[in-house]
Amino acid sequence: MRRWMENAFRLGIKEFASLSRDVVMVVLIAYVFTFAVYSEATAMRTDVNDAKVAVIDGDRSTLSGRIKDALRPPHFRPPVEIDRSSLDRLMDKGVFIFILDIPHGLEADFLGGRNPAIQVNVDATTISQAGVGTAYIQEIIARETASYLKHDRAETLVPVNTVIRAMFNPNLEALTFTSSMGVINNVTILAIILVGAAVMREREHGTIEHLLVMPVSASEIIAGKVWANGLVILLAAAFSLHVVVEVVLRTRIVGSIELFLVGTAIYLFAVTSLGILLATVANSMPQFALLSIPVFVLMFLLSGAFTPFESMPRALQAIMDLSPSTHFVRFAQAVLYRGAGIDVVWRDLLIMVGLGAAFVVVALYRFKAMLARQS
Amino acid sequence: MDADPAAAVSLTGVHHAYGKVIALRGLDLSIPSGSKLALVGPDGVGKSTLLGLIAGVRRIQRGSVSVLGGDMASTSHRSEAAPRIAYMPQGLGRNLYPTLSVIENIDFFARLYNQPEGRQHRRIDQLLQVTGLFPFADRPAGKLSGGMKQKLGLCCALVHDPDLLILDEPTTGIDPLSRRQFWTLIARLQGERPAMTVIVATAYMEEAGEFRRIVAMDDGAVIADGSRAELLARTGSTTLEQAYIELQRPERRGARAASSVPRREWVGGPPAILAEGLTMRFADFTAVDHVSFRIEQGEIFGFLGSNGCGKTTTMKMLTGLLPVTEGHAELLGKPVNARDIMTRTRIGYVSQSFSLYEELSVRGNLELHGRLCGISGKKLVERVEEALARFELTDVAETLPDALPLGMRQRLQLAAACLHRPDVLILDEPTSGVDPAARDRFWSLLLEMSRRDGVTIFISTHFMNEAERCDRISLMHAGRVLAVGTPHELQVARGAESLEDAFIAYLEDTTATGSEEQAVNGAIAFVEPASSPLEDGPTTPHRSRLASVRRIWTFARREALELSRDRIRLAFALIGPLLLMAAFGYGISFDIEGLRYAVLDRDQSPESRAFLDQFSNSRYFVEQARLDDEIEIDRRLRAGELKFAVDIPPGFGRDLLQGRRPEVGFWLDGGNTFPAETARAYILGSVRTYAGELARASPNANGLGAETLRVEPRFRYNQDFRSVFAITPGSLMMLLIIFPAMLTALGVVREKEMGSIANVYASPATVGEYLLGKQLPYVAIGILSYLSLLAFAGGVLGVVPKGSVLALSLAALLYIFAATAFGLLVSAFVSTQVAAIFGTAILTAMTAAHYSGFLIPASSLEGPGRIMGLSFPALWFQTISLGVFAKGLDIAAFSQELVVLAGFAVAFLLLARLLISKQEA
Repeated sequence: MRRWMENAFRLGIKEFASLSRDVVMVVLIAYVFTFAVYSEATAMRTDVNDAKVAVIDGDRSTLSGRIKDALRPPHFRPPVEIDRSSLDRLMDKGVFIFILDIPHGLEADFLGGRNPAIQVNVDATTISQAGVGTAYIQEIIARETASYLKHDRAETLVPVNTVIRAMFNPNLEALTFTSSMGVINNVTILAIILVGAAVMREREHGTIEHLLVMPVSASEIIAGKVWANGLVILLAAAFSLHVVVEVVLRTRIVGSIELFLVGTAIYLFAVTSLGILLATVANSMPQFALLSIPVFVLMFLLSGAFTPFESMPRALQAIMDLSPSTHFVRFAQAVLYRGAGIDVVWRDLLIMVGLGAAFVVVALYRFKAMLARQS
Repeated sequence: MDADPAAAVSLTGVHHAYGKVIALRGLDLSIPSGSKLALVGPDGVGKSTLLGLIAGVRRIQRGSVSVLGGDMASTSHRSEAAPRIAYMPQGLGRNLYPTLSVIENIDFFARLYNQPEGRQHRRIDQLLQVTGLFPFADRPAGKLSGGMKQKLGLCCALVHDPDLLILDEPTTGIDPLSRRQFWTLIARLQGERPAMTVIVATAYMEEAGEFRRIVAMDDGAVIADGSRAELLARTGSTTLEQAYIELQRPERRGARAASSVPRREWVGGPPAILAEGLTMRFADFTAVDHVSFRIEQGEIFGFLGSNGCGKTTTMKMLTGLLPVTEGHAELLGKPVNARDIMTRTRIGYVSQSFSLYEELSVRGNLELHGRLCGISGKKLVERVEEALARFELTDVAETLPDALPLGMRQRLQLAAACLHRPDVLILDEPTSGVDPAARDRFWSLLLEMSRRDGVTIFISTHFMNEAERCDRISLMHAGRVLAVGTPHELQVARGAESLEDAFIAYLEDTTATGSEEQAVNGAIAFVEPASSPLEDGPTTPHRSRLASVRRIWTFARREALELSRDRIRLAFALIGPLLLMAAFGYGISFDIEGLRYAVLDRDQSPESRAFLDQFSNSRYFVEQARLDDEIEIDRRLRAGELKFAVDIPPGFGRDLLQGRRPEVGFWLDGGNTFPAETARAYILGSVRTYAGELARASPNANGLGAETLRVEPRFRYNQDFRSVFAITPGSLMMLLIIFPAMLTALGVVREKEMGSIANVYASPATVGEYLLGKQLPYVAIGILSYLSLLAFAGGVLGVVPKGSVLALSLAALLYIFAATAFGLLVSAFVSTQVAAIFGTAILTAMTAAHYSGFLIPASSLEGPGRIMGLSFPALWFQTISLGVFAKGLDIAAFSQELVVLAGFAVAFLLLARLLISKQEA
């Protein structure tokens, strides 16, 4: 056993040497955990933010003016006034997501009780913003008409006083969410490719074969790769969360980063093992490259990091439950956003351990077969 | 010194350095046209550098190199001269394409040098017969043995009838029979084309002796230049090998191994290696066929045989690397067992190709090796130092193996194999490519280990003078052992003058109907006038545009062939995108329904129940078990059980009826903002509906339902507001960049790692032709993929383009061009395949998913994300894809986008072109 640990340790140290020789790779890793996380977080909103709005003001009344003034940052950019004739062209070009069409005589009709309507043209291809944004616009219009009617507060329209408080993230800022999900996605892609390609490369260069003639077992080779590459990624992720997400982006992480890193370590074990498994399935580096795409794309797009997991069809949810990323995202959201403790997340952690162990067992089993096939 | 006009090659004051290491120091050399020159010298003295400079694949640093009447520093002369030069780099078939068959490899080279079709076929046939490769014409190059690869490499070099033939250690690792045929071939070729100049670097002194002129190099300079007789006279030696060793600096000479070996003493005990009826069958052929032998402890047992006869396979079975199909093998008295770790500590193994870590220094490799064998601490340091000194690697201890010549790399492998003082050494052609002096020293080490330490040595070799030093040798051919005995016995048995003759006699016996017979026939046919290559006259290479198109086609053809060999990869490339489109279409959904919520009703009045009915009756919400207290709200939200909780205060009903606007609390899980925002919108909507109903029911209440302004949302392009209509155009955008880019991303860097890029350096083809040729097959795959995705989107997902399909297809074509060009750009930029895969994955997937209007509308992007989006083709294609699929637009709407996409394709390709230089440093 001591021998096993020593060898696994040595082989891991060798991984550091390999990685540090590849300058481009090191630069890429640094890039994805710093600049990429930053730009992703600042550019990407899942809630409505800075949506571009235009108004066709056919009324030019006090009421229409109030409505225009109420469309404000951060949810909307100040509205641009356009001509009705350019409506279709601008919608086609995707310049605006929302175009409000205020008909002539709106104010007069409203005061005369003739029940007029404002038409809101929504670019429904921007699925992530269209629905929520429309609801915002409805709310704004309701509020403005109410106050226009000299009611002191909009809420008096409604017989109950609705107080909505968002726990864990009072201002519903998307930044925290997207930035830490960005870190998670980088972890996934990097773990699969870095480790899988490293195994593939050793196969192609014959070094694995050489190791297996020495008193070294396949499990030691796998263990060396997992711990060394896993550690590099773990440190990069820790740096990214502490420095980029917390300090540079100034977002507040509710939960314990330490618990998160423990979970990340477990996740890395599972994903690096999956990378090795893929490398034993593929026959060459180009095959590995192509095989890895669907794996990591599915893992990051369908894990619940982008779109709510619950919205997926049941069957797909069942399949994605076999992906460690699903459990990791669930774990990360619980810990990072809701400050959940081990009592809440232990199940997901345990499943990740189980999946990782399964990957390792299959990878070990395939290792010998792969060498025989090669020669 | 002016260049001699009659000289084929003339070098003046050539100086070359790699960093601090000086390879050539002011070398002068003139080689007359039509002469035949052998270059000899120890490993790492600059032979390969010199040949590379002459061939034009290395950039000249200082001095002048004139070849075939022109300056090799000039690009235009290089491209003119390239078709007249054939260069075969060092290394076992490094410049071949392993998945292509023998004939396809040769065919590729013929096309690359624009050989006329008819002449080409005849030529290829001749070459195949002469080299004995004819029966293997359809075998993939990667499945050939090392020696056969060398022969194939030579065929590839000779296919275009060069005026200058440069061979860098061409016979390394080739069996004696093939070697003999090889030189016969070269001699005939030269006989027919007296103007052809041949320059050969070799480690075989007996081969060098056949040359009219021998140039010996040491330390970047020429130390001797003359005929065999001159060299012998100058050194007072009787053999060239001896002369060569005399010429060296004294410190290089080392101890001379006695050619007569002291007798082995009987040590007793079980045999070190025992093989009984050992058989290895691959799918369709038997590589090793009932091989039996017994190697005693302390014995040096030589393994000889023609190339591809199963020597390597036998050795791999003995090490446990390959499972035995049939038979029995024992190591040190125990059956070979792949799991037996302890036996492995007693074995040292050197494989035929270099299998240590390129990314670790010489010392790093040795240390790792030692540690893995359980040596540590002071003992390790001692052992490593000792090994470095013993194998003369001290000077290069901190160098990476990649920067070392073949011979030194082999020495490093040996040093590693011997580091842990094994009882048995299994060495698979350890001295191939090692210079004579170093081989000599190596053998004295082997003898010392065997005789002094009793180490058993099982070694395969093609050098007869090495075979003579073995205690016993075995001859193998086509998977069978032909003879076993002491070298003397075998020689006597055949009545041969030398062991080499005996060996060849054995081989010729068995192969009367085999490949070698054809080889002999081929050789005869070769000299018959009817098939003389001279008949066609000298080739006139045309550098027209047509030739360029043909070369692009040649590269494209080869790439397509390689791709077609790799069915699995082809399947991934076509099925992968469909799979992902299905997953996106069904899986990515912003349709939020069934939000889980729970209620803390502290009023329990008819009014509170009526209020809550708004939620329980909605399809957007799913009620969970009721809450009992406030603490539970926090707990269940934190555990992710609920998306929101409703808190109704005591006295809600009473306050409502009295118009006192009771406060209702909603607690949202704000962690994931999109569902949270959606939930907020739904809650507010539900409360509004509730207010409206209340107003209608009791006109006296405070509601003013009729007086709110109506808002009519008009969801354009996607009336049903279904995610699939918005997602599918975007997934087309993502898939058509990730897959095509990944397909080409390994193109260049893989050839760099494998060595076949040298063909581009040496050939008349330009880098642009090479890149374009590489790109075309993948563009074709991309188009197939586009068509299948289009059919899938329409047929299965029901997402049909409403606008101009022509515009979409044109855009897809340009987009695929840009994507494949981007892959090539990444490939040209990185130095390893790992970085190429990761870089492509990150750059394409991230940019396409986040900054291209897929999940986030392009108009909402800001900051660096916006710049990244605009400077990548994905965003521009997304506009067209969305425009055609969802908005039903016509081609006229996309003129700007189409131009930009074309611009990306051209720009990426040009950048890649700039990053690849046509010469090495």
